[in-house]
Amino acid sequence: MSALSVTYAILFYVATTVLIVGLVYKIRLYAKTPAPLKIPTTPAPVTQTGVVFRMAREVVLFSSLFKSNKWIWIFGWMFHFALLLVLLRHFRYFVDTSSPIWFWVPLIQPFGMYAAFAMLAGLGGLWARRILVDRVRYISGPSDHLMLALLVAIGASGAMMKFVEHTDIVAVKGFFQGLLTFSIQPLPGDPVLLIHLALVAVLMLIFPISKLLHAPGIFFSPTRNQVDNPREKRHQAQWTVELEADGGNK
Amino acid sequence: MADFEVPELKEYIEVPKYKDGTMAHSSPYIAKEKFQEPLGYPGELIENWEEKAIEKMGELKGKYRSFQVFLDACVKCGACTDKCHYYLGTLDPKNMPVARQDLLRKVYRRYFTFAGKWFPKLVGAVDLDKDVLDEWYSYFHQCSQCRRCSVYCPYGIDTAEISMAAREIMASVGVGQKYCNEIIGKANTIGNNLGLPEPALADTLEGLEEEVEEDTGVAVKFPLDQKGADILLVTPSADFFAEPHVDGLIGYAKVFHEAGASWTISSYASEAANFGMFIGSYENMRRLSLRVRKAAQDLGVKRIVFGECGHAWRVAYSFLNTLAGPFDFLDPNYPVPQHICEYTYDLIQKDKLKFNKTENDHMTLTFHDSCNVARATRMGDKPGGQFDIPRAVIKAACNNYVDMPADTIGEATFCCGGGGGLLTDDLMELRVKGAMPRMQALKTVTDDYGVTNIAAICAICKSQFTKVLPYYGFTMDQIVSVHQLVSDAIVLSDATSDDADDSGEEQE
Ligand code: HEM
Ligand code: HEM
Ligand code: SF4
Ligand code: SF4
Repeated sequence: MSALSVTYAILFYVATTVLIVGLVYKIRLYAKTPAPLKIPTTPAPVTQTGVVFRMAREVVLFSSLFKSNKWIWIFGWMFHFALLLVLLRHFRYFVDTSSPIWFWVPLIQPFGMYAAFAMLAGLGGLWARRILVDRVRYISGPSDHLMLALLVAIGASGAMMKFVEHTDIVAVKGFFQGLLTFSIQPLPGDPVLLIHLALVAVLMLIFPISKLLHAPGIFFSPTRNQVDNPREKRHQAQWTVELEADGGNK
Repeated sequence: MADFEVPELKEYIEVPKYKDGTMAHSSPYIAKEKFQEPLGYPGELIENWEEKAIEKMGELKGKYRSFQVFLDACVKCGACTDKCHYYLGTLDPKNMPVARQDLLRKVYRRYFTFAGKWFPKLVGAVDLDKDVLDEWYSYFHQCSQCRRCSVYCPYGIDTAEISMAAREIMASVGVGQKYCNEIIGKANTIGNNLGLPEPALADTLEGLEEEVEEDTGVAVKFPLDQKGADILLVTPSADFFAEPHVDGLIGYAKVFHEAGASWTISSYASEAANFGMFIGSYENMRRLSLRVRKAAQDLGVKRIVFGECGHAWRVAYSFLNTLAGPFDFLDPNYPVPQHICEYTYDLIQKDKLKFNKTENDHMTLTFHDSCNVARATRMGDKPGGQFDIPRAVIKAACNNYVDMPADTIGEATFCCGGGGGLLTDDLMELRVKGAMPRMQALKTVTDDYGVTNIAAICAICKSQFTKVLPYYGFTMDQIVSVHQLVSDAIVLSDATSDDADDSGEEQE
């Protein structure tokens, strides 16, 4: 067992813990915080099923973004769906692809490869806007640029491995499957792989403390997830009920 | 005419380059002690205000999911940056919705997030100090809480929610806004925002009865505090005398008259507009709403109908049931509350009203979707009824109607520039500049279709347009009430025959 393997093992245990604990904490916070008033942006669906469709359109198609800005939409959608493909392709490092439920993992491999380019192109477009459009430049802070830099670096290092400096994928898989059973297997020492993995760990660490919270956040956005039925159904939160102890509503 | 530059109206709305600080000087009068204390706020900036403000921020993010999620979720994508009428009209970058939110978010990050505590520079987190507070006061009073940004944000982040929270935080440390808080005080004690006491109100309504009878020969009633009436009408107090509001009130009365309805106004709850919303105060909004409940109970009515008012309709439609419900003592066959447009529309559908549309032939109309009606409420059963129903009412009363360009109406409507508690003379520059996108759209249909008048269903919009239209080369009387059009075209069936409609429509 090399020091390298141990270091990376610890790194990923810590990163995974932070990611999971952090996200669970934030999601619980969002779920627990009451929404005392009905504030859907109207016209809004009048049924719960309608709300599910509205949310699906937002998450899958970025429909509000489509309405507002076609450039951000093209680049943003390209980036996110390429990212999704890339991540699905990565399942092969963690699961046993001979099991039937994972049959689709090998199937998407060829698409996943090119997704790296789509992802980088999308990120490039978003970053260009951030620099070139005066309004977007005005609202961008260092962290916004660094986030893009981080994702570009992850994508570029991954693509390097895929297309230039191959690494021993079987060994990588062995290492990560080992982590799942708490045994530390050797990790190849290729610098590009080590960079890729270190940056991924950074991404996992900052996920629950950064604007990446938009991913869980969207599902809790009251302007998008509320049913438009305030007249039909009285909407209340715990603290507004307590306020009514003065008897004004009797 | 003005000591500031009125924006030029172009062919279409251009998204300009920003100019730093153009509106940094704009800030409304701060409320004095006598307006603060009755609402439960300290009279002036308290000593340990920094600490208390942060405490309040923590409290609000625990009470409102919107506040908590919106502060976390923004990715600075920039989609909202060109959506605010105040940005388009003033070019001040802090009037971009995301930048407005960031004024508060940077403080939230500093005190409540890991990154802001340890790496403030990296994520733009700052300590709360007097400069920040002053900036809050200025720019959170440059947001009319119109929700246009929330339509376009991929996560539905509504800057109005942030502005409301910011105003609540400021008021709670002693920095409230005079205009809003003074008005809330009047509504709390007298029953309406204008401070019109019962005798004056009775007088006004009597005067209106005489005027209408003189005009039409029909005794249309304007009942006040009539116990046992079926319908309680709650309407913005501007309807009691300002032009063109009062013509709308006459329209409601004629509609009720034709429907044979028994209705009444209440002097105790003689105000539809609920300014508690503007200052983000649940408690104040509830206190005002409870007056409507009490009036309905005391008068023993069966239904509640709201007059033409935008933010009022938001509080009525979306919040009233929550704030002052349950309304199980009213007739369950009708939604509580109803909008006067819904009421009139139902009668039109049932063929209960007759119009002589030619009465309005001297006008070509367009309709201004008031922001809070458009993006925060509904009318009728179907989503979008808030757009269709007022238009259907207008078209029932008028022959000549055209819409403004599609990207300036419906859910994309531009605010009049005076909503959200900004309809005060100390914010005149902001109001004029913020009206630019709406004025630009009006100019387009004026040039292309000869539109002469713009109809609205909001007291704030009507007052705001009366003031700002002249700055853009229009005249103040071009703004009309929707029920004013109804009033002018409706055929009163018990009118003497020569006043009555002779255009060949069959009589009942
Ligand atoms: C439910 C899942 C998600 C949804 C619906 C979603 C949606 C969006 C949308 C609509 C935007 C704004 C447009 C844009 O700039 O692309 C955005 C931005 C962004 N998203 Fe996501 N996202 C999700 C998950 C993720 C994940 C897992 C990541 C992490 C790696 C991520 C990273 C980003 C970044 C970095 C930006 C900002 C891009 C910029 O700087 O312009 N998103 N997201
Ligand atoms: C623990 C997690 C991860 C591991 C073990 C891992 C490992 C790898 C390896 C070994 C490759 C080379 C593939 C090949 O040569 O065929 C690769 C490629 C790549 N990785 Fe990762 N990676 C991880 C997480 C991520 C994340 C979170 C992202 C994106 C934000 C990402 C983006 C990419 C991209 C774009 C490629 C190139 C295209 C491809 O082969 O799919 N990786 N990764
Ligand atoms: S709510 Fe309206 S006024 Fe306020 S920031 Fe958004 S668009 Fe501008
Ligand atoms: S559109 Fe929404 S996420 Fe994008 S910058 Fe504006 S507030 Fe932030």
